[in-house]
Amino acid sequence: MGKITPENQSVVVRFAGDSGDGVQLLGSQFAESTALAGSDFSTFPDFPAEIRAPVGTTFGVSAFQINLGARRISTAGDQPDVLVALNPAALKVNLPLLQKGALIVLNTDAFNERNFSKAHITADPRQTGELDDYQVIEIAISTQTLEAVKPHGLSKSDAEQCKNFWALGAVLWMFGRDRKPIVEWATKKFAKKPSEILAGNLAALDAGHAYAETAELSAEIPQFVIGEAPMEAGEYRSITGAEAIALGLAAAGELAGREIMFCGYPITPASSILHHLSKMGDLGIATFQAEDEIAACCAAIGASFGGAIGVTSSSGPGIALKTEAIGLGMAVELPLVIVNSQRGGPSTGLPTKTEQSDLYQAVYGRNADAPLPVIAAAGPGDCFDAAIEATRAAIRHMTPVFLLTDGYIANAAGPWELPNMDDYEPILSNAVNGDAAGKNNPTELKKAIWNRDQSSLGRPWVAPGMEGLAHRIGGLEKDIETGDISYDAANHQAMSDLRAKKVAAVAEFIPDQEVEQGHTKGPLAVVGWGSTHGAIWRAVEEARNEGLDVAQVHLRWLSPLPKNLRRLLSDYDRVLLPEMNMGQCATLLRDKLGLNVIQLNKTSGQPFKVAEILGAIRENYPGAKQAAE
Amino acid sequence: MNKPLTAKDFATDQEVRWCPGCGDYAILKCVQKTLADVEADPNKTVFVSGIGCSSRFPYYMNAYGFHTIHGRAPAFATGLKLANPELDVWLVTGDGDGLSIGGNHLLHVLRRNLDTQILLFNNEIYGLTKGQYSPTSRVGTRSPSTPTGSIDAPVSPGAFALGANARFIARGIDTDAKNLSPVLKAAREFKGAAFVEIFQNCIVYNKDRFEDFVAKKTAAETQIHCEHGKPLLFAKGEKGLKLNTSTLTLEIVDVGDNGVPVEDVLVHDETNRVMAQMLLTLPMGSYPMPLGVIYRDPATSFDDAFTHHHPTQRKRTGKVADALRKGSVWKKN
Ligand SMILES: Cc1ncc(C[n+]2csc(CCOP(=O)(O)OP(=O)(O)O)c2C)c(N)n1
Ligand code: SF4
Repeated sequence: MGKITPENQSVVVRFAGDSGDGVQLLGSQFAESTALAGSDFSTFPDFPAEIRAPVGTTFGVSAFQINLGARRISTAGDQPDVLVALNPAALKVNLPLLQKGALIVLNTDAFNERNFSKAHITADPRQTGELDDYQVIEIAISTQTLEAVKPHGLSKSDAEQCKNFWALGAVLWMFGRDRKPIVEWATKKFAKKPSEILAGNLAALDAGHAYAETAELSAEIPQFVIGEAPMEAGEYRSITGAEAIALGLAAAGELAGREIMFCGYPITPASSILHHLSKMGDLGIATFQAEDEIAACCAAIGASFGGAIGVTSSSGPGIALKTEAIGLGMAVELPLVIVNSQRGGPSTGLPTKTEQSDLYQAVYGRNADAPLPVIAAAGPGDCFDAAIEATRAAIRHMTPVFLLTDGYIANAAGPWELPNMDDYEPILSNAVNGDAAGKNNPTELKKAIWNRDQSSLGRPWVAPGMEGLAHRIGGLEKDIETGDISYDAANHQAMSDLRAKKVAAVAEFIPDQEVEQGHTKGPLAVVGWGSTHGAIWRAVEEARNEGLDVAQVHLRWLSPLPKNLRRLLSDYDRVLLPEMNMGQCATLLRDKLGLNVIQLNKTSGQPFKVAEILGAIRENYPGAKQAAE
Repeated sequence: MNKPLTAKDFATDQEVRWCPGCGDYAILKCVQKTLADVEADPNKTVFVSGIGCSSRFPYYMNAYGFHTIHGRAPAFATGLKLANPELDVWLVTGDGDGLSIGGNHLLHVLRRNLDTQILLFNNEIYGLTKGQYSPTSRVGTRSPSTPTGSIDAPVSPGAFALGANARFIARGIDTDAKNLSPVLKAAREFKGAAFVEIFQNCIVYNKDRFEDFVAKKTAAETQIHCEHGKPLLFAKGEKGLKLNTSTLTLEIVDVGDNGVPVEDVLVHDETNRVMAQMLLTLPMGSYPMPLGVIYRDPATSFDDAFTHHHPTQRKRTGKVADALRKGSVWKKN
């Protein structure tokens, strides 16, 4: 077999094996080599909810998918072109994802009766004809690995552990990638382990590479040619959404010159943000693992009261618990950033799978009239800026702000152009105006504490410890001017109006909505929010290549919506809205803008495929059906 | 020279809105007077409370204050104290607020040993919601939600605190400022979570619940004031508590000519956890009520460890621009 230069300049590779096979490491190192080769990519780690599922079972299968290309890559890919399956369970689970003609690399050593029965496979799939439509390469990877590491004297189990490196070596050859950076990385990673571990893994890496390269086999194993993708000049790194949020919060703290006090309670897929932040003490971040989500949210608000930037984070069920405290945060007008890494629900739902179904919760989900700003990150890299923007709004308007991401964004990685910190405006907080402090005039002092900025409606951020400004805050309705407890009817109306206006005021500080692809008016716009960005981008691009006049509009602030959004969307005959829920943003647009939209909803726990959105575009394109008839 | 502070300096312009005769007034006075005595700085003092009659407390204190949500004051106080360890943080909670909805948070603030004073106003009833029984109500308490008497066993706040590994546990009575004030001062001086249970008279829904040991006339017989290093004597020194070594319980003995020599009376050791356990769980009624500082055994406070002993917390030495470049970075030209 010769060299393959894919027509669409991209290839989707999926690695799959048992949870203990080191599949995630294999995948992420392959991604790293892709990055260094200058190709664009997007990854999607897909792992089981069970920590250690029984070896060889289908529910213990861990997978890592990567889409790499010599062009812009916006999703982890609809259907794998290459599957590396380390055991029968991995083949069984992933086979349905493949398109016909895909290349399957099998570790034949794992194809035995014991593993068949663990995976509930009745007949060897290599004999049943079910692989006939694919191009199958059978390699005794385990045997090859054991052979390669033999000189280094590893125990049998340690030696077997090296098979992911063997597979990595073979795949690196398939894509013409350099082994050197992997060797450097592994040398660092295994520095503290007994020396034979490193030696064994490197021997396996080389052996896999050599095996693939060997003359007679290279006839069988294809080589893919994926060159550099066109990207703007600059410095890049690979980043996941969780890392980008952590760094974005650190950046926000730096821009504001204040400590970030992050208070969380573990929950999948939000925990990784806590893990990243807990290593960032040197960036002015303090992390507190509370006894539950309620305490985490309360502690974060307490920290904000104390003058640090309180941040709390969770996933749907945990956000539900934080609700009462969030209402208090709004009532007392303190800044707070609430990160929600959404996952499949309701209730405990699908902890490791993704969804966008907490939008109602963010926009509407509190007791009483309690509007809040809500921003959603569009992808891993965008999490950095979204975290800064959320913090900026929280401090400017003195209010809790929701930052939505999801399981897909949290774990997915792609190249990210490093921002220049000098490009960001400092985050300024509202100061007490005049010389209210120390005047010993309680009435004047209170007015100063609640004297809101006319444009943002944010009040001064006064923290205990500040001389002469002692005051009391609380959740009881307060007088709009003095902050004293007030049950006055007109005052409550005025405060309710103020809270609504405050969120509306955010729209004055955010950019007008722009059209990302396509024309500013026309037959069809595809509107999205959050992590569907990539899939929509590719689908719209393909539709436009087909000659359909389609535009892409991606929302970032969902509360408030950009001021020009109604007018902008009114210029399209139809609006299609794909989202990973049963229609929450569609409700929002109907509610806030009186706009009707065509819904495309998916709640399978898996991100949208490009083909699904493209199909909906074709189907809903005005006149499309008639033309076809 | 500044003139000495008085209780008035710690009062606000807010009208105090507790029922006339409520024990909360006396506690408020005592706290205000104590802060004046110790020359506390209102700018560095914060009162954090949950929800309940008692939790209105911060509005009436001239200091910083935060009236939060039901049961969660310990969590707010934790975030606040970690954000600014310089502050003198007081937590005010009720038996319902602190031990029902907030039991979890109270447990954790105590075991973490956050440097705060926790004042739990125990009136054995829910005041603000109009008199339902609370987790400290004794079995058989008749209330709007238990018209035929409550059936669930009560929790003892002191024993709970000890079980949560609190390092400072004390008790006082709302109207007994003479003894309460020193307890508050000791709590304030303690570096760590100082838990103070204050028996508080809810004159409307649980009037005179504690009269059996609170009444001034019989106080000498019904109260025992614990002082470190001094024998556990009461009834003007005529009675004392002695350890029965075979049953490992405390028993009341007569002291002096008609009883045991004073040397036989147990000497209070506030660092002795076992003694604290015995004192905090003495059956009510048949024994005098132990008051004062019952347990005090300092350890590193949470905020101190967080700030000084935790290697990865809060020392801004790095720059985000550099952190972005950690790991593998590549250039596109
Ligand atoms: C989430 C929530 N649940 C219930 C209430 C109603 N509530 C307010 S105070 C209270 C009990 C207060 O009792 P306690 O803590 O003993 O204080 P007291 O009023 O007796 O001082 C209850 C149940 C509330 N405010 N919030
Ligand atoms: S109800 Fe009881 S606790 Fe509440 S203010 Fe009245 S007397 Fe005090």
